Amino acid sequence: MNELYEKYIKKESLPTLFCPGCGNGIVQFAAIKAFEKMGIKDDLACVSGIGCSSWIPCYFKMDVMHTMHGRALPFAEGLKLSRPDKKILVFSGDGDCLAIGGNHLIHAASRNIDLTVIEINNYIYGMTGGQKSPATPEGSVTKTSPFGSYDEPIDGCSLVAAAGGTYVARWTTAHPVQLEKAIAEGIRHKGFSFIEVLTQCPVQAGKNIFGEKSPVAMMARYKEMTYIYKEGMEIPEGKVRIGKIKHDTSRKEYTEKVLQKLEEKNIKKGQSNG
Amino acid sequence: MDPEKPQKKDKKTAVLQGNEACAKAAIQAGCRFFAGYPITPSTEIIEMLSGEMQKAGGVFIQMEDEIGSACSIIGARWGGKKSMTATSGPGYTLMQEAIGFAAVTETPTVIVNVQRGGPSTGQPTMSSQQDIYQARYGSHGDYEIIVLCPSSVQEMYDFTMRAFELSEKFRTPVILLSDEVVGHMREKIIMKPLPKETIEPTQIYASSPREDFFKGANSMVEGQLHDELGRRIGHIAPKSGDFINKICSKITDNIKEIADVEAFCMEDAEVAILAYGSVARSSMNAIKLARGIKDDRVRAKFRIVKDLFVRGVPATIQTDYSHLKVGLIKVNTVWPFPEEKIQELARNVDMVIVPEMNTGKYCREVRRALWDKTVISMPKCGGEIHSPNEILDRILEEVWCK
Repeated sequence: MNELYEKYIKKESLPTLFCPGCGNGIVQFAAIKAFEKMGIKDDLACVSGIGCSSWIPCYFKMDVMHTMHGRALPFAEGLKLSRPDKKILVFSGDGDCLAIGGNHLIHAASRNIDLTVIEINNYIYGMTGGQKSPATPEGSVTKTSPFGSYDEPIDGCSLVAAAGGTYVARWTTAHPVQLEKAIAEGIRHKGFSFIEVLTQCPVQAGKNIFGEKSPVAMMARYKEMTYIYKEGMEIPEGKVRIGKIKHDTSRKEYTEKVLQKLEEKNIKKGQSNG
Repeated sequence: MDPEKPQKKDKKTAVLQGNEACAKAAIQAGCRFFAGYPITPSTEIIEMLSGEMQKAGGVFIQMEDEIGSACSIIGARWGGKKSMTATSGPGYTLMQEAIGFAAVTETPTVIVNVQRGGPSTGQPTMSSQQDIYQARYGSHGDYEIIVLCPSSVQEMYDFTMRAFELSEKFRTPVILLSDEVVGHMREKIIMKPLPKETIEPTQIYASSPREDFFKGANSMVEGQLHDELGRRIGHIAPKSGDFINKICSKITDNIKEIADVEAFCMEDAEVAILAYGSVARSSMNAIKLARGIKDDRVRAKFRIVKDLFVRGVPATIQTDYSHLKVGLIKVNTVWPFPEEKIQELARNVDMVIVPEMNTGKYCREVRRALWDKTVISMPKCGGEIHSPNEILDRILEEVWCK
């Protein structure tokens, strides 16, 4: 086993329940590499919801909370507010984050609370067997959209940027090095960070949406269908923007705001009497 | 100063609303995290704690909905802060999944439900006891839960404190099932502080990680059925079965310690009123009325005058309850159902009457426990509490019919 894996992964919990060719492993390793570089293992906790991608942190040798479908964010907010000195990383899928947990996402972003959310977007509900998700492209035939999906997909990055999230980035599993850097930057950023990762789900999305079952072909496709924005460039049509989308350090973080207000009012944090 | 002697500071009296007493008690019990969402008739709790909690050095957050509130208090407890939320009917329904999560992950936390009339939006400003089953069976799957039912402002204060104590000891969510009457009434109460040197209770676990987060213990909080290390066992049938048994029995095996059932005038009683929550108040007054116990709060005289207007003279003359030997069994911990205690207290009576502000739900449990007695359900829906005379009239009726 890889040295880093040995340090960060609970051997007794293996094997993972990811399908062969799944992109979750790439995200998992990118996160581990980011932890190692930052040396943050003991000051970080992971929270996740329900879905394939929410199993990513469950193998970590650290404090982990595997919670309810769509509710990873409120759990993480409670944890963060009770321990403002620590960092919280949230793993969530496209369905978990944008469908059932959409309201929590908007409000957490608007609070600009110091959480880092990794939204693993595989364009489909993988665990339940390939149903339409909020990120599924319009017209895709899935188990629950036999005549093609009628809904236009939701763009998580634009949503969070508009709601007030202060760090927004998007990468794919074909960009593991950039992804690792973005995760580190997101954790370091004081405020709500949102990193979307386009991952391949060869078993469900590959079969139903993209018509190809090879993970390699899917990753190549992700490289093809994305572009990195550079100042003044012509925006290619029909492609998805990747890279850092928003990085705003001017907005105050939520817990900082609370502490500042309490200081103004002369109330010390941790003061305890009835 | 003599430490034995109660000092002036230790005992505070105040006139408070039920909801305010609950908020004060939470802070007194060491709660340092409150998340909530405004909902009638529990709003005073969130209003009061929005300031008080922060003044006490705790955290207050108004969440986007009740689901968020229930989830964040669980997250906060794993961060090491005792936590609470307060809500009413519709909000309580939204919280059910999180309550199940707290039960399965053995997270101590307190959820206050100030009941209002349902179903749906129902009667936002009226009282009810309709959530008595939801408090017990609300979340899906099998689990046991502790539910406390206060009937006065003093009890709202005391039971909130006890709720925190029980939740920490048994590592379980505890429901404080209040109602609009208790939540909104104002009474004089004595605010007792916690003993200065509180011994941390030995905690009873079934099968979950024990350490809070950020203590280097690599705690794994898992909503699937899990082993002591938090690893999932949901796919292994025998282990999962054991888990369910363990998580239920840690409560049911300790019913004797949890159960709080009070008895009044039961020594020579022939008929018992079994009540909980605000209805226990009017039941208490019914007993005082029948037994001729003088109490300023029993406005028997006023009642007779009122009866003259409402029902005419003959009715008033007839209502003589002095020959009724009535007692009261007041259930403070409605769940887990204190079966043995109720059986023991009711062993000498022939008839038990169960007045409650719903369609007669708790009566079913009572009937099951007291199968050899005549158990009469006295349901009342609509939001009005039973009056003492109403209860006694019903008893008279039943005694005559017998």
